[in-house]
Formats: sequence, C-alpha cells, structure tokens
Amino acid sequence: MKFSENWLREILPNDLNTEQLASMLTMAGLEVEAAEPVAKDFSNVVVAEVLSISKHENADKLNVCTVSVGTQTPLQIVCGARNVTVGAKVPCALVGAELPGDFHIKQAKVRGIESFGMLCSGSELGLDDGVDGLLLLDNSAPVGMDFRKYYQLDDIALTLKLTPNRADCLSLNGVARELAALLGQESPRVVPSQIALSCEDKVGVRVEAGDACPRYVTRVIRNVDAAVATPIWMKQRLERSGIRSLSILVDVTNYVLLEMGQPMHAFDLDKLEGEVVVRFGKEGESIRLLNQKDLNLTSDLLVIADESGPLALAGIMGGEQSAISTDTRNILLESAFFSPQVIQGKSRLLGFGSESSHRFERGVDYANCVLALERASALILEICGGSAGPITDVSAPIHERPSVSVRAARVSKVLGLDFTVVEVSALLSRLGMCCLIENDVVHVTPPSYRFDIEIEEDLIEEVARLHGYDAIPVKPALCRAVMLESPAEARDIDALRTMVALREYQEVINYAFVDQSWEADFGGRTDSLKVVNPIASHMSVMRSTLIGGLVSNLSYNINRKQPRVRLFEISRVFIKEADQLLQPEKLALLAWGGREQEQWGGQDAPVDFFDIKADIEALLAPRKASFVACEHPSLHPGRAAAIILDGTSIGFIGELHPRWVQKYDLNTPPVVAELSLDALRCRSRIRAMAVSKFQQVRRDIAVLVDEVVKVEDMLNSMYQRASAIVTEINVFDLYKGKGIPDNKKSLAFKVILQDTRKTLTDEEVESVMSSLIAELQQRFGATLRA
Amino acid sequence: MKTISLILEEGLKGICSANDYASLDVMKAKYLGKSSELTGLLKQLGSMSVEEKKAFGAEVNQAKQVLESAILAQRECIAKRELSERLASEQLDVGMPGRGKGLGGLHPVLLARQRIQDIFKSVGFEIADGPEVESDFHNFEALNIPKNHPARAMQDTFYVENGAWGNGMVLRTHTSPIQIRYMLNNPVPIKIIAPGRVYRVDSDATHSPMFHQMEGLWVDSDVSFSDLKATLIDFLRVFFEKPDLKVRFRPSFFPFTEPSAEVDVLGENGWLEVGGCGMVHPNVLRNVGIDPEKYTGFAFGIGIDRFAMLYYGVDDLRLFFENDLAFLRQFQ
Repeated sequence: MKFSENWLREILPNDLNTEQLASMLTMAGLEVEAAEPVAKDFSNVVVAEVLSISKHENADKLNVCTVSVGTQTPLQIVCGARNVTVGAKVPCALVGAELPGDFHIKQAKVRGIESFGMLCSGSELGLDDGVDGLLLLDNSAPVGMDFRKYYQLDDIALTLKLTPNRADCLSLNGVARELAALLGQESPRVVPSQIALSCEDKVGVRVEAGDACPRYVTRVIRNVDAAVATPIWMKQRLERSGIRSLSILVDVTNYVLLEMGQPMHAFDLDKLEGEVVVRFGKEGESIRLLNQKDLNLTSDLLVIADESGPLALAGIMGGEQSAISTDTRNILLESAFFSPQVIQGKSRLLGFGSESSHRFERGVDYANCVLALERASALILEICGGSAGPITDVSAPIHERPSVSVRAARVSKVLGLDFTVVEVSALLSRLGMCCLIENDVVHVTPPSYRFDIEIEEDLIEEVARLHGYDAIPVKPALCRAVMLESPAEARDIDALRTMVALREYQEVINYAFVDQSWEADFGGRTDSLKVVNPIASHMSVMRSTLIGGLVSNLSYNINRKQPRVRLFEISRVFIKEADQLLQPEKLALLAWGGREQEQWGGQDAPVDFFDIKADIEALLAPRKASFVACEHPSLHPGRAAAIILDGTSIGFIGELHPRWVQKYDLNTPPVVAELSLDALRCRSRIRAMAVSKFQQVRRDIAVLVDEVVKVEDMLNSMYQRASAIVTEINVFDLYKGKGIPDNKKSLAFKVILQDTRKTLTDEEVESVMSSLIAELQQRFGATLRA
Repeated sequence: MKTISLILEEGLKGICSANDYASLDVMKAKYLGKSSELTGLLKQLGSMSVEEKKAFGAEVNQAKQVLESAILAQRECIAKRELSERLASEQLDVGMPGRGKGLGGLHPVLLARQRIQDIFKSVGFEIADGPEVESDFHNFEALNIPKNHPARAMQDTFYVENGAWGNGMVLRTHTSPIQIRYMLNNPVPIKIIAPGRVYRVDSDATHSPMFHQMEGLWVDSDVSFSDLKATLIDFLRVFFEKPDLKVRFRPSFFPFTEPSAEVDVLGENGWLEVGGCGMVHPNVLRNVGIDPEKYTGFAFGIGIDRFAMLYYGVDDLRLFFENDLAFLRQFQ
C-alpha cells in the first residue's frame, strides 16, 4: 500500500513529522517500508504564462518568448522546446533557481540574446513525465505561484508493508482511522456524497450465488464525457500510489479504491444485454479479460454475466467485451462485496491478480459499498458530467459480526502484564470496537471492516498493540531447573564436525536441489525426487548423495588455483523408495591433492584411498569397521569399498571414477566417502578395562603371498587362530617390485602379545607365533621371508 | 731424579694443555698410572727411615691428589666446552614454518548455528529436528495456514512430485513444522530449539532459495509475551556480545502466533529485522492436542544466515553458498 503523505494529512490532520508518523505506524504493525520524497529538491520555479513568441534571429531552433511570471514586467526567455505556444502555462526557473543535478540558472546571453530564466520540461525538474518538451500545466494554474506548491511536490510517498490480516488498512481512510486510534483522536468521519438523481434508469440484477456475493450495488450514469482529462490532483494522487492514470472513468474507480478501500468496476452500459447476473462460471464458457488473456471458466470462478455471457471475473478483473473506453457514454457502476473465500487462491491459480482481488481476498468492508458508490458517482458527475440513476442494492441479510469475548485475566496471563477490564475496554473502543463489560469479561462487537477479529487472542493482540509492545515489561523468564539429558550413545554433531575439521577438512554447504545428471553420475539414479517448480533446470531434483556437490566445489576451487582441497558436508539426502521417501542425514568427505600440505621436509605424495580410510577409522573409533571391495557408480571399480559396521553397510569410500575425473576437469582423482550420520553419531559408553602390569612382547612376521590375497582376510584369519594373549596384529609394511617375484607381494605384520596375569615365557610366545605362521602358510600359501 | 714439585709442575701443565678426553687420559696414565714418575719415586721408600717414609709418602699422595683434582677439573672444562660447541652447532632457525597436518574449518553459518544452540542450551532448551520434505499438514495446515489463505503468499513454496510418500509435499518453507512434530510426540512442558535448512522460491543478492532457520518453542503453564521478550532480548545481547544492544518488538502477523511480533535490533544503519515471534496461536495448540486454556507458549524463528552475516561482518549472502576456500578458510 503506497500513498501520498499529504493526502493522509488532509484526511486526518496531525502534528507528527514524517519520521514520527512512520515510526508510529510501524510500531503499530503497519510497517512503513519506504518514505520517499515525490520530487527532487529544486527552488525558485514558478508557474509562468507564455505571452508572445518570436524566432531567435541567430538560431533556427530557438524562440525568444516573453513570459509572465506574475511580476509587473514580463521576462524575456530563450527557449528551444518545440511545444511552446502562446498562452501555454509552464514551469519557469527564475534567475537564481537551483534545479536537480546541481544546475544553477543565471542570467545569460543565448546566441547573443539575453535570457532571464528557463522554461522547464518535467525531466529538468526531476519529474519523470515521459514527455519530450515543456511540462504543460492546466490553464487554471495561477501565474506566479511557486511551482512546488502548485504541483504539491513537497510530499512524501509512503509505502506500507501490510500483513494479510490488515485488509482494513488498504485505503487512505483505513490508515487514517488506524492513525486516529493510535493518537487517541476521533476517527475521521466519512461524509456521504450528496448527488442529485436525474434519470430513472436501472439494470436488473440477479444474484444467483448469494453466499459468494452477499452484496451487489449498482447504478446507471448516462451521458458522461469519458474523454475528459483527469484532474491533476487526482492524477498525482494515483501516481503517488503507484497507479498509472489511464482514463477518467478508470481513474475515478481507482481513486475511490485508494480512498475508501472499495474495489469498483464500470461497465459500458451500451454493451450489456438484459439483466446482470452474479453466478459461478460454467464449463465451456470463456472470457477475454482486460489483460488480453483468454480464460476458460470453471465452476469455482465467480463471474458477472449478462444474457450473452460472462462480462467480468468477479472481484478480480473486468472483461474486454464490456470494457469502457473514452467513447463510452453510458455506464453501469458496480460496488460489491464478494466473500474472501471465493477470491482466495484464485490469483495463484490464474497467475495474475489485481488491486481488487488483493483486497477482496483479504476482506472488504461490506458496510461501505453504497458510500463508495455515491463517492464515485459524485466524482464522475463533477468531472465528466452526466445524469445518475437510482441505486440498486441487492443484499443478502449480512449478519452482524459475531461478538467476541475477552477476559482481562487472560489478557494479563498471555501478555505477562496486568490489565483491568476497564483498561481493556478503553483500548479496544479506540479501534471502533463496540465493548460491553460484564464482570471480568469484555464482550466486543468488531466493526464491519475488521475481518481479523474472531477469537479472544485477536483482541489480546489489539490490546497489546495499542498499549505498545515496548511497554510490556521484560523480566528474566522463570523456568524449571530440569537438566538436559546427555546420553553417551548420541555423539554431539558439533563435536563430530570439529573432529572432521581437525583432520583438515573444510565444511561446505551445498544446495539440496541439483542437476539430474549429478544424480546419474554420482548416485546411478535416473529418477530422483523431482521439484515441481524449480528455480532453474539444473536445480530440478533433490539429491540422494552429497558427492556431486563436493565434486562441484572441488572443480570451482581448482579453477581458483587451490593446490590441495579437503571438504566435508553434513546434510540430509532424499531417497525415493517403493513406498516411502527416506531423508537420512549423511556425512560426505572429499580429499584431493597432496597427502600433506606442501611443506619443507614433507612428503610429496598424492592423497590416496588409505588416507581417507584412516580418517574414517578415526571418526568411528573405538568401533572398528571393515572395508569390503564394492562397485559404486561414482567410484573407480578397483578402488572402492563398502564400509561395514556390525554387519551393516554404513557408507562407501573410494577413488572417483576416471570418467568423472575427466568430465568434471579434476586433473587427478579425488578420494570421496559418504557415511550415514546416524552410524557416526551412535557409539556406546566407554567402559575402562584393566591395563596389564606385565611386559608386552612384539614379534614380527614377514611373508610373501600372491598379490590378490586380501590383507583383511589374513588379519581376520590370524585373529581367529590367535589365543587370548595376542592383543594386536597389524600390517606395518607392504612391498612390491624389485626383489619380489611378479604377482607376489611382501607383507610385514607386527604381533603384540601380553598376558594380564604373568610375564610371558619364550616358549609361550614361540608357540603362538608358529601357529599364526602356520595359519598364513596353510590358508594363504604364504612363504616366510628371512 | 725429579723432585715431587717438579713432577707436579710438569703434570699440572700437561693436564691443562689436554684439550680432549683422549689426551687427558694420556696425561692421567702418565702422571698417575703404575709407571708414572710419582709411582717411581715411591721405590725410594725402602731406603728411608720410618719418619722419612711417613713424610715422603704423604708428600707423594698430596701431589697425586692435586693432579687428580686437576684432571677432574680439566674433564669438566672439556665437557663444558664440548657441550657449548654442540649447542652452537645445533641451533635451529625457529622462524621456519611449523610442519605437519593443516587445519580444516567449519562453515560460518553452521558456526553461528552452533553459537545460537549453545546459548539456548545454557538455559535448558533441547534441540529438535525434522524432515525437510514436509507434508502440507505439518508445514501449513497444522500451523493455522489453510489452503488459499493469503498468508501462503508470504512464503513462496517449492513442491515435490507426488508419490507413495504423499501428494502436495513441499520443501519446508520454515522450521515451524518441527514445532508441530515435537508437540505431537512430547508432553508439556516443552522447551526446544530446532535448527534446519528451509527453502523458498527466491534468489537474489539477499535471498537464497535454500537458507537456515532456527525455531524456538516454549510451552508451559505460565509462559507469557513478557517471557518471550526477555528470552529473545537476552539471547540477542549474548549472541552479539553487546549488553546494551537496542532491541524492539513490533506488531506483525503470522498465522501460527498471536500476538505476533517482528524483532529488530538497532545497528549502525538503523533498525534491522532479525526474526519473527509471538505467542503460539490457540488453534496450533489445539491442532496438536494441547489445551490452550491450560497452557500458553511462545515461538520464534530467526534466520541463521543473517545472524552469521551480522556476527562475522559478511555483506553478501551468496558467499555462504559459493564454497570458495579462499573465503571459508577464514573461519578456522
């Protein structure tokens, strides 16, 4: 809702300056989003009349004008505008004037002829009127008057950001009424316009959809001059409300809409056939609307029709066939009340709305229909002439708004501040609510323009608003001292994130909607959950894996010359299953570049599978996962593993498939992993075990085995064979190449032995070691190396 | 035969000139060993009287002691010198960079989330969570936003395809559906915060189609608007580390709270909107089976991204989602 501040002040005179006014409205819930001067600063510009024009002797395109500016002697001014005529009233910048753009007007010789000022175009004054040439003023403009004053340029356009519940403030009268309540002043009275009836004509009205249209008021006006220019004051007020002036009849209905909040429509009477009917649309009917759109009607769209068919989409937009033009002579004016429920949702359905539908879907004052019609009629008769017929008012009995009760005790409880029933009643009365006190309760009948007062809380909000939110006390809230539970089984996500960051990964956030191709490349999916209305086609499906985002981040950072990248993200993914949609949270990792950051005395090796594996093992510790070779659409088939914990797969790890390394321009392959966040968070409480007081013994075994033998199998098998005194078996070296036969590899294991009750003897140790060696020889064909 | 004093003089000279342990050992053998001159002198003892033996023996022993302590002192001297030579040779350039693992970092938006959570946890708010693809019921209906209500236009909604999981499912437009889920499954009193990603059809310099919200909800037998103001003001002052931060509440409208308010803080360039809040609407409480006569509550929603921008002095929202390491590495 945008409007001229001066207009509001005319309706409700007050002593507030603009800032105070804006602040008062804002703090009452009518947020003033913008307050902009309607014109730039300029001075010394007056209304002038061109008295005579003669050609400039030294320049073809210039004229020398004598101009009256209200002083005794006319001024001589050289002017280049083509639309200058004798008798024209134009703004004239006098010598000494300062115009927008730091433009100073001085007495000057123009091609040898003295000029004492400048006749102005709109753009020279910072007024965007779109006219090439002088700004031509109305003939009635008083010569010599300060132009800013004449054109009412010392005005502010205020923009209110209204919430959907405050339809009653979608008009100047509504805002003035609210402001009066805030100031504790009498509400401005809307004086009914008095017009003389001078014809008997009316059009029959039949309302078939009474619930959808409880009130339909019309009047015929004959012999109007629809071609007459819109008065400057009306045009200005419309423009300052952001409404373009079109033609006088449309301008009048828009003006009344702004002033009184009542949407109106004018039909060309001569294009109507028979009775006007308010009914729902029928399948098969269609209408061409004023926005040039053809619409097929359905039975949930309310229309105004005549005998030949639909004329207008009720409360939303008129039809082209019955539209008024500057040739229109006779009109039927409509001022109606359509139920909000009938209009709501339609603009989304249709893809367009209007000032009318915006108001009707929020609620228009049904008690205002006749007043508004009278006001519009009076303006039309005054400006366009014509003769008005009687009012036809087809009204269903509109129920009074149901009364709502509010308890002073409840107000006090909800707001945390004591109110008496008298205080509550006094505050609500200021808003035009009819209040009746009974014991601790105020029974309130809301005014017809308030569609948002239905329950007690609605009134509590009004009390708080008028009392002022600022005046509600602030004291530390009292609460029960109940401690939060802290289960060991659910690891804190922030602790986990910190741990990942300490292992060199940088956290990122990617959009959850991605390109379907990412889903195919990194998840092997062709039917990810679709977004029906994506903002872009490359954001049209919900991701089922986080890998795509990380790869894209990698590519972005490679392009910015980052030599080494470690990334992680924790987020939900979306997985369509046969009968449900899963939304589990995942942790994804990506590592690319050197194993170590480039540093002196460091290693110069690229990161590989096992570096990330160590990170995952650290995140899972003390639980131990097994890594089982697997295939995954995003991964190198020989360098990928499923991560298995307690027999369940909790994620995958591997080198990115060479196809994607090439497709996404990554130069070298990153290692990626994705794990279930639940699995990472879930851990059991640590129970301490006794530490042995006896010395531990270490023995190493070095063997040669076939290259294809899996180390994990060897370790598992040794663990199974080992007795209880073996506390750890691990690989500490892997070697292939020189000195080792083809297809073989050399592995070195360390074995740690320890007994909790005594020092181990050599015999005990040797016996265990030979059983482990035998195991490797028998099961894996290992040969012992010297 | 040399006299004792001559031997002693030569001995001390020799010891002092020994510059390393090896030559010192040679000196020790020379002057104190079995074939040393002093030991040789003792052979004269046989020809001496008891008195002379006693005196001469004592003299020789004293000389030995002097030489021994001289050797000890010289040994210490050599040790000291060698140590200082070693230390001098082992000097590091301590200005060389440290070596080893580097640092990752956390995302600033999620750091802000963590900070907000920690503050609310300190007064007993629990953390709740919920799905991002939501039903119309949880995202709208239960929150008192019926179909076609103009309030739906306040939040431009993404819809996902229909399926076995439901029709008309949306990407949640706010974290408020978590309120509904939590209240449906937990008894009063309820005191939670619920952070999460939310989605709206909006994308420009100040809007991202995906962003982060933090929902707060406190329902108990006696929770008032005054408590809401106190809680949020306290939180804002702690979060921004400004004990005198100016905060204002101005009337607004949300279908799921009443009275409703927008919360503004006074920044360098005037008032800045940081969140919405209000008393939980009785219809919402009824929708989840809580008696609004018995219990009241407040709810609030704040934009975490906005808080991160203000706290870290980031002026463009888009930086948060570009994932440029040059930007993110500041938050180690």
